[in-house]
Formats: sequence, structure tokens, C-alpha cells
Amino acid sequence: MMQDQETVILQGHIIDSLILAKVLDRILMMGGTFDLQDVQIGKTREEPSRARIIVRASSPKLLSDILQAIQPHGASIENEQDCRLAVAPADGIFPDEFYATTHLSTQVRLREQWVEVEGIEMDLGIRVDPMGLTARTLPMGEVTQGDLIVTGREGVRVIPLQRPRDRDVFSFMESQVSSERPHGRVISDIAKRLVQLRAGFREGTVGSKVLLAGGPAIVHAGGRDALTWLVEEEFIHVLFCGNALAAHDMEVDLYGTSLGYGDAAGRVLPHGHEHHLRTINRIRAIGSIEAAVRSGAIKTGIMAACIRRGVQVVMAGTIRDDGPLPGVITDSVEAQATMRRAIPGVGLALLVASTLHAVATGNLLPATIPSVCVDINPAVPTKLADRGSFQAVGLVMDAASFLRELARELGASL
Amino acid sequence: MSRLLVCPPDYFGIEYEINPWMRRSNVVNSDEAVRQWHHLMQVLEQDVGAVLERMKPVPGLPDLVFTANAGIVVGRQAVPSRFRYPERRREEVYFEEWFRSQGYDVVKLDPGCFFEGAGDLLGFSDTWFGGYRQRSDIRVFPTLSDWFHREIIPLELVDNRFYHLDTCFCPLSGGELLYFPPAFDHYGQVALAERIASSRRLAVPEAEALRFACNAICVGKHVVLPAGCPDTESQLTSHGYLPHPVPLDEFMKSGGSAKCLTLALD
Repeated sequence: MMQDQETVILQGHIIDSLILAKVLDRILMMGGTFDLQDVQIGKTREEPSRARIIVRASSPKLLSDILQAIQPHGASIENEQDCRLAVAPADGIFPDEFYATTHLSTQVRLREQWVEVEGIEMDLGIRVDPMGLTARTLPMGEVTQGDLIVTGREGVRVIPLQRPRDRDVFSFMESQVSSERPHGRVISDIAKRLVQLRAGFREGTVGSKVLLAGGPAIVHAGGRDALTWLVEEEFIHVLFCGNALAAHDMEVDLYGTSLGYGDAAGRVLPHGHEHHLRTINRIRAIGSIEAAVRSGAIKTGIMAACIRRGVQVVMAGTIRDDGPLPGVITDSVEAQATMRRAIPGVGLALLVASTLHAVATGNLLPATIPSVCVDINPAVPTKLADRGSFQAVGLVMDAASFLRELARELGASL
Repeated sequence: MSRLLVCPPDYFGIEYEINPWMRRSNVVNSDEAVRQWHHLMQVLEQDVGAVLERMKPVPGLPDLVFTANAGIVVGRQAVPSRFRYPERRREEVYFEEWFRSQGYDVVKLDPGCFFEGAGDLLGFSDTWFGGYRQRSDIRVFPTLSDWFHREIIPLELVDNRFYHLDTCFCPLSGGELLYFPPAFDHYGQVALAERIASSRRLAVPEAEALRFACNAICVGKHVVLPAGCPDTESQLTSHGYLPHPVPLDEFMKSGGSAKCLTLALD
């Protein structure tokens, strides 16, 4: 949610006179919020104090009303400057001192107006349109010579995350990752969100999509049926994965094995190691996963459910891939760009059992999107939770158990 | 010795309405106003022992008589007022001229920042208090605090009948404060309570506050105040002060009384 804000300065003998208290009370009473950025308290009675206050309100009108109410008490709007711009010297190269984004909502000041930067994602630059009216994030590789790029820090402000209104697991986890925490309550809260988001998705509400980024361990560990059910029931709307998840999922359908292990028997079958290669080869021969599903060559599993449900699938390749399957994007810059295009509209991200895809996805997500990272290795949720989001929940647990429990919570009989 | 700037009421009258007390229909009895003013001067000079500096009245400036709003004087420095209402802005040059003619070092505030002199800035030796919201702008106080190295506690004036700080707030020479608490909001009252012990805060009743009991001149143990404020007088007496009630009804028609008619020069 965009918040309107303005920075004001209050100075003088504002502490003992309770002028600071009065101004802060007035802001809250009127329905605004504030951040006290800097408070310098005079060391002697004669020395004045100074406070820098960021005033926030839910609408420009309310902000203006609040500013009008606090100005007679000495709060003056900080003198602000437009952001600095420089021209990109060549394709793919930002100007020196380019501003590098965080994953937090950001505004830049253009022609004395604060403008929301679109497409927030960490570690990008900000391009301003030639008219100087709008601003959008831009990866280094996509910059074109002559683009106007924001430089320095003047006229750029980052909006800290507001505590989410929903009183569920996302509102109090605060980036804590623990393998000892009971998972039941967390999963139950995630399930509630999924139900809300599915309702929103069906009504066409923006920001109701659920993204799952997953690794092949989902299939190996036995979470295939649960994830298939979640897709079939329309709880998942975007899937990020690699060659392996798709290959092993379809291997189960064709051979009853995943990476050679009997999916049901749980032991290596003769020549089972070849099954995933034969699967990939088969799909390559058919031409695409979609064609394989539509023709009935692939009948069950995650990929089949995704095709049937119209889930947007982005498969990003890696250097160790076999095949790869048709549709796997082997150019990593292109894969990244495709994933980025799939982010708008996402309201919750589940990052399950994949260090590579979880971290890549985490980097693409603005901090405002709640995310759940599930991995048996605590390092992965910890790394993602360290991004400083109120809404990043880390679960150290097995992918299959997570998906099964989640599906059961949502009514699956698995 | 206490020196006060005063201005004879030769042209005093109500020619405009810029506070809730002023009604053009409420005609000033000029003879009575002159008599009351001279009586006040007599009390100040003879009973209190103050030295009076008289400035020349100017035709067309009826409120020049209220010299408390000339500005403030600190040592040899004078800061002339910048009036909120254009009606009184015309007085600024005359007050400034007087300060200069007396050899004061005149320090001027930025234009656009209202400040109505000793009407809105009063205090004790270490701490000053600044009234704001009705006439003066709170932004002048950090500047004045910086110039004169004094702490200035701003106090919001929340009742427009008490439109200057000196209409509801009078520091006394022994450290007591004569004031009308409801003229301030909760924050102001708490800030005052933090600074001045309750035994030293003399709250005047509303009926007397409305007779401008707080618009008093304190010189040593003498307190000159408008007549008709018996409760205030008895509080002053019990704290060892000698009250001098003076009838000043004609000036009340304009929203001013004893203190408004003088400016402390040292």
C-alpha cells in the first residue's frame, strides 16, 4: 500500500515545552503515523533541540491536513531537492554513482513531486522517463545508452515496511528462523492466506497470485501429490522451477520413478537412472510439455496440473542440466527477465526446497510481498529472512511434509 | 530602578476590530481614557518608582499606546515587532525609530515571521516563555533563543480572548507566576507545572482573568493591575506583594490593560 509522507523539522525548546509531544500526538490523533528520524536534544537549557519527523498518512489529503495542523506548532517541511539524474554512457552500463535499489518501496523526487518507483526489486538501477515524470527499476543489463538514471541519494527516499494489518504468522515472525518452532500454527496461517488469495484470484483482484518456486526435492521427498493437488485446486498460480523438478515429476508419470527410485517402492529400479533422461528425450520429441500433456502422453503430476490449470511456469536452466526439457530458458539473463515479468500480481511466495530458485526469487520480490521459505537446510530460510522483511517466514522442514500438511489443512485427503 | 516605555493616548480609539474585545460600536470615552492613563502613570512613577520614557503619539495609530507590542529590549539590543495584522503593522516604523533614536542596537527578524514583542515574550531571569498561535509565530522563538542565549518555552494560546501571552500570564519578581490556566492547553499547563512549583503558581479566577488581572506590571514587590480583581489582589498580598489597582476600563474596550500600556526597557 502506498503511503504518502513528508519530512518535517521541529526545532527550539520542543522537549520541556511538550511541543514535540503535542505534534506527535496531533499526527496520531488525526490518523497519521510518524517516524522520529533524528532527535538532537540540547545539552544545556539554553541549547535548542531538533527533531526530524517523517509524517505518513494513507492519502495525500490526510497528509496535507496533518501538515496544516502541525505547521502552526513549528513543524516545517524539510527543504527537499529533486533526485539527480545522469545519462547512461553505453548500453548495459549505468552512469557512475547510480542509485542501487533495495527491495523496499522507493520514491524519487521529480519536478518537486514524489513519484513512486515502479517494479521494486533489490539491486537494480532507477530509470526516469525522458519527460521526467515516471520512474521504474531497471536491471543493469537492460540499460540503453542515453537512458536517464537516478544517481546519488538526494531526492530518493525508501519507505520502511509497515507492520501488516493481518494478525497472522506473517505479522509477528519478524524474520525469525528456527528449526525448533512448532510448524502447525505457521502452516495453518499460510493455509488461511491461500484461501483468501484464491478467492481474490477468482474475483480477479490484483495481487492475489501465489508463486511457488520449488526444487526437485519436492518430488524426491514425496511432495508431488500434495503440490499437484494445490495446483489442481487453484492455490498456485505461478511456478518457478528448473529442469529437474519438471523432469522428475514427469518421470514419475512415465516410469513410476523419480531419479530412478521407485516412487512407491522407494528403491532403485534396474536402469532407473536412465528414466529421467528418457523422460526428457520423450518430451523433446513431442516438442513441449504442454503438447505432451494435451496429447495425453503425460497424464498426472505437477506439470500436467499446471498445464491444465493454466499456471504460468518459468523454468530456468542451470549448467548441470540434462537435456534440457523444451521450455527451459538456458540464458540466465533471459530467465531472470522472464521471472521478473511474472512477479507483478503475486501476493504470496512459497519458496520450497531449492536454494537456487529460492534465492533468485527472493531477490526479485519486493519486501511488501510475504514469503515463506521452506528448506531442510536452515541456511536457506536464514539467508532469505535476513532480507529484513516483516513478512518473511522461514521453516526448517522437509518439503514433502510441508506441502502435505498444507494441502491437508486446505482439505486434501492425502 | 525600572524604566518603562509608554505612549500617551492622544489618538487612542477603536478604529478597527482585530481581537474579540474590540467593537467599533463600543466608543472610547477619550477624556476618561486620558484620565485613566495619567492615573496609571502617576502610580507607576510615584508609588512604584518607575522611570517613564514617553514616545510621541502618532495620529491614525490608535494602538501605539500599547507599547508592550513595540518589540523586546534585552540590554542594549532591541527587536522590533512584526505585527500579524496590517492595521498595526504601520506602528512598526515608529517603534523602530524610537529604539534607534535612543541608541539601541536594532536587530530585525525575517519578514513574514510574526512577533508581537513583550506581548508574547515574558519570563524569569533564566527561562522565557513565548505565546504563539494567536499573534506571534512559534518559529521566532528558536531565533530569539539563539540571539539572547535564553531558553524559550513556547506556550500555545488556545483562547482567542487571551490573544497575547501578557493577557493571561504574568511572571512576578519573586519567581511566582500569576496566570489563567485555561488560556493554555494541557501541554502548556504541564510544561508550566514542570517549571514552576504549584505553591508559586497563582491562578486567577475566570471573572478576573476577563478583567485582565494578569495584564499586570510587576516592579519589585509592587504589582500594578486593573481595578476590580479582589481575589488576585489578595493572592498577591498573601505572597508579599503590594497590589496597586488602577481603573483602566477604557483600554479594556480595545483588549488591553496595565501591562499592555508599558514596555520594560531594563
